This record gives sequence, C-alpha cells and structure tokens, in this order.
Amino acid sequence: MKKTIITVVGKDTVGIIARVCTYLAENQINILDISQTIVQDYFNMMMIVDTNQTDKDFGIIVRELEQVGESIGVIIKCQKEEIFNQMHRI
Amino acid sequence: MINIFEVAETNEMIEKENLDVRTITLGISLLDCIDADLKLLNEKIYHKIYNAAKDLVSTGEYISDEYGIPIVNKRISVTPVALIGGAACKTPEDFVSIANTLDKVAHEVGVNFIGGYSALVSKGMTAADEMLIRSIPKALSVTERVCSSVNVGSTKTGIDMDAVKLMGEVIRETAEATKEQDSLGCAKLVVFCNAPDDNPFMAGAFHGITEADKIINVGVSGPGVVKTALEKVRGENFEVLCETIKKTAFKVTRVGQLVAKEASKRLDVPFGIVDLSLAPTPAIGDSVADILCEIGLEQVGAPGTTAALALLNDQVKKGGVMASSYVGGLSGAFIPVSEDKGMIDAVAAGALTLEKLEAMTCVCSVGLDMIAIPGDTKATTISGIIADEMAIGMVNQKTTAVRLIPVIGKGVGETVEFGGLLGYAPIMPVNSFSCDAFVGRGGRIPAPIHSFKN
Repeated sequence: MKKTIITVVGKDTVGIIARVCTYLAENQINILDISQTIVQDYFNMMMIVDTNQTDKDFGIIVRELEQVGESIGVIIKCQKEEIFNQMHRI
Repeated sequence: MINIFEVAETNEMIEKENLDVRTITLGISLLDCIDADLKLLNEKIYHKIYNAAKDLVSTGEYISDEYGIPIVNKRISVTPVALIGGAACKTPEDFVSIANTLDKVAHEVGVNFIGGYSALVSKGMTAADEMLIRSIPKALSVTERVCSSVNVGSTKTGIDMDAVKLMGEVIRETAEATKEQDSLGCAKLVVFCNAPDDNPFMAGAFHGITEADKIINVGVSGPGVVKTALEKVRGENFEVLCETIKKTAFKVTRVGQLVAKEASKRLDVPFGIVDLSLAPTPAIGDSVADILCEIGLEQVGAPGTTAALALLNDQVKKGGVMASSYVGGLSGAFIPVSEDKGMIDAVAAGALTLEKLEAMTCVCSVGLDMIAIPGDTKATTISGIIADEMAIGMVNQKTTAVRLIPVIGKGVGETVEFGGLLGYAPIMPVNSFSCDAFVGRGGRIPAPIHSFKN
C-alpha cells in the first residue's frame, strides 16, 4: 500500500481536524495515523492516509485540500510518503 | 515510520529554503535522424524529439504534485548538431534551419531550453563543425530556446587553439547579433574543456554519442538548504562543518534520485544520472555565495574563498554520491555571477574580480559563468580568457567552461538585466593588455604529460 502524508500547518482554531477529516471521508481516503504538535505557536498536524480507494486524481486531491486549507486559514499539503522516506532513511 | 519532525524538516526545506529539483533533462539521440536531404533531416529531427518529449512537461508536473516538490525546468538535450547536420548542411544557413526546428519543437512540447546546438572540436574541426560554429550567432539570434556549446579542449587531446580563436570571434558576433536584448545570446553559449556527455544543466547540455537512445538526467538544487544547515553550526570546527554539508547534500540528492527514478518509470526512458551541482538562482536565500559567507567570509572574493569553495564542493560530492545510484554531469558547486545574488553583491562591493573567479574555477564546477564584460572587449581578449580556463580544465582533468557576455554598448560600472533565472549582473573589468600574438599563433596546445596513462 502506498501511503500519503497530509500536513496541516497554521494558527490553531476550532474545527481544523473536523474539516480535513470530512473531506477525506467524502473521498474515501482512510486515515491510518494522526499526530499533532505545537511548534513555535503554530498548529502542526501530520496524517498518514491511504488514498488507494479514492477515484480522484492525486493532483486534484492536492489542490482541493489546498482550498480546504485556504478556507480555514491554514496550509495543507498532501505528498506521497516516498519523499520523506528517501530523505530521512538510508 | 516517518515522524512529524522529519516531515516538517523536509517541508521547511521546500517552502523556506528553496529546495527544488532544478531540471529534468531528457537526452535524445538524433543519430538515427541523419540524412543527406536537409528538409528530410529537419522533419526527422522534429518528429523524433516531439514523440520522445511530448509527455515530458506533464510528467514533470505530475511528479511535482505527488511529492510536493517544485520541478523548476523541463529540458531536452540532443546529440551535437554538428554531427547530425554534417551530411546535409552545405552552409552555415543550413545549420540555422536545424536550430529553427529545435526551437519550434521546444515550444511545442513546452520545454524552456533545448541544448545540443554543439560541436566537439577538442582536437580539430571538420568542415561541418566549423560551419556550425560560424552559424551560432545567427542561430542564437533567431531562436529563443536553443542553447549552444562548443568543446574546444580535453585532457586527452589538448586544446584546439584555432577553435579557441574562432570562439572569441563567435562570442562577439553573438553579442552583436543580440545587442537589442543586452547581448542575451551569449548567455546561451558555453565554451567547454572536458565537456561531460550527460550534463542536465543549460546552457551546456548535450546528449553525448556515448549515451543510449534516450535518457533521463536530473539536476538538483539546494544552496539555501545548505546555508540554513550551516547557520546552526556557526563557530564549530571544520569537522563539524564538513559533516553538516555532507548530510545536507545527501538529503537534497535523495530527492533528485527519487524524482529521476519516477520520471524514468513514467516516461519509460532509462535513468541516467543525478547531477550533484549546487545550482543557485538570483532569488534571495538561494545563493552559493551566501554559503561561502556562512562558512566565514565577509564577502566572496576575500582571502580564503578558494579554500572554502574547495571544501564545499568536495563535501557536496561526498554526501551526494551515496544518495544516488548514478552520479554524473558536472556535479560541483556552480558559481555563476548573474544567477547568484551573493556573487552579484560581491562584485558590486569590489570584493570579487575576474581573476579571483578564475582561481575559484580550479576547485569547483564549472568555470567563468554568466559574467558580463564590457561590450568593447576584443575578440582576442575573449579567446585569451577562454584559453586560460581551458588550460585549467585540461591540466586538472576537470570540466571547465566559459560563458562570457560582452554587453554591446555598455561598460564597467553599468548593470545588465537578463531576467528570470539568468538574473542580472554588474559589468566587470577585463585586463586590457593584449594577447593578440598568443591567440594568433594557430594550431593546438598538446595534451599534458599526465594524460598519457596507457
């Protein structure tokens, strides 16, 4: 299974996780793991998800999540896991 | 499993420190297009490139979306055109028609540069080589995206001084032919010694005859990432400094390797190499000069600059080599003047001279790159500068290059603006003593003694 990493960075506010999860549920994207932390007063969340069930093109998911982020004032990125594995694991 | 801090580190590199993949370059052999009929030759070249590269840009964009990493340029390199056009071209004008074909197909597939309007004349010029070289000023003035390079020397063959003399004249003519755009044509023209066959970076990319039919080469870029990593080890000793550069270079190169493999799979073209060069841009925070300053120099050009650059170049290679299965191209720190904000500032402050840049090219790739010189510089003086740089490459068994821009109508103290990734540059003074008699001798400089290894 190819995993995807979704990151959310921004000012903490009510309903960030709810909005992101709603979008994921609507698009049959399964959440495998969530972790979050506050770095320099910024809300920092990472989700590991499985995008195998969705019909949508990856590029469209990337852009739609970006829009979700804009509507709640945070930055949402969606990237295939390999870039992180490549960079941080030998 | 990957943790949140590692993810944040990677994304910080991309968003704040300008980590990107500078170029995916698709190398295409045109050897099977050779034909004695010029019209037919042009048609074959068009179709071969179009079919091979039609999905290059969309594939690059797709990969960029998937990994969230910008892929700045998608480019094409082709077999040196002097070899391809030799049978069909009877005049320099005939070669220009091939340049037009390359430009047209580059526009249609959407790549920003196509390299390979080139001749390899390190030991001597064929009639076709000479015709191609003489056609360069016209070719670069009537096309937009074609890049040209001429290899005039190598460690194995010595330096072809006839070609060096000719290139001095060709650079001047190219400057004249594009004087309306501040002699921009010269920014797309490189003179090489020991040119590599698999370089993905422009303007010097061409698809060497040692290469397969098609190949994917990738150039990464991350001066900002290295600079930021070094900010955290200020005042530490050289061991700590070097380890930090090495680890950072490893991470940056891994991204290039990932993108190269993915592009290779999607385009069904074999993966060639990752080029480990640290390539700057004029953007703030994307500067090789800033790394040198972070290492401990007030300005680039200060005493210590060459040593700092030597260690930077070496550590980048040491870190990068393990990150990629195949490394090639130029692989070293680039020190173009106009494309690096820190270099521009150093020139403007009077810290960096042409002579110091020449010394720096002994320890890094690639050479005297993107340097604006006065428009009234003589052709023989340009040839003399080329000869010096070629000698450095020949004797040190490394690639060196010259990309000088004599800006017609402008002199020392003025600034020239090329725009985009090519940046802007203050015009630098050139030593005005003559080398006419030296350049005028004609013939070849023999290969150095240490090239005889058999």
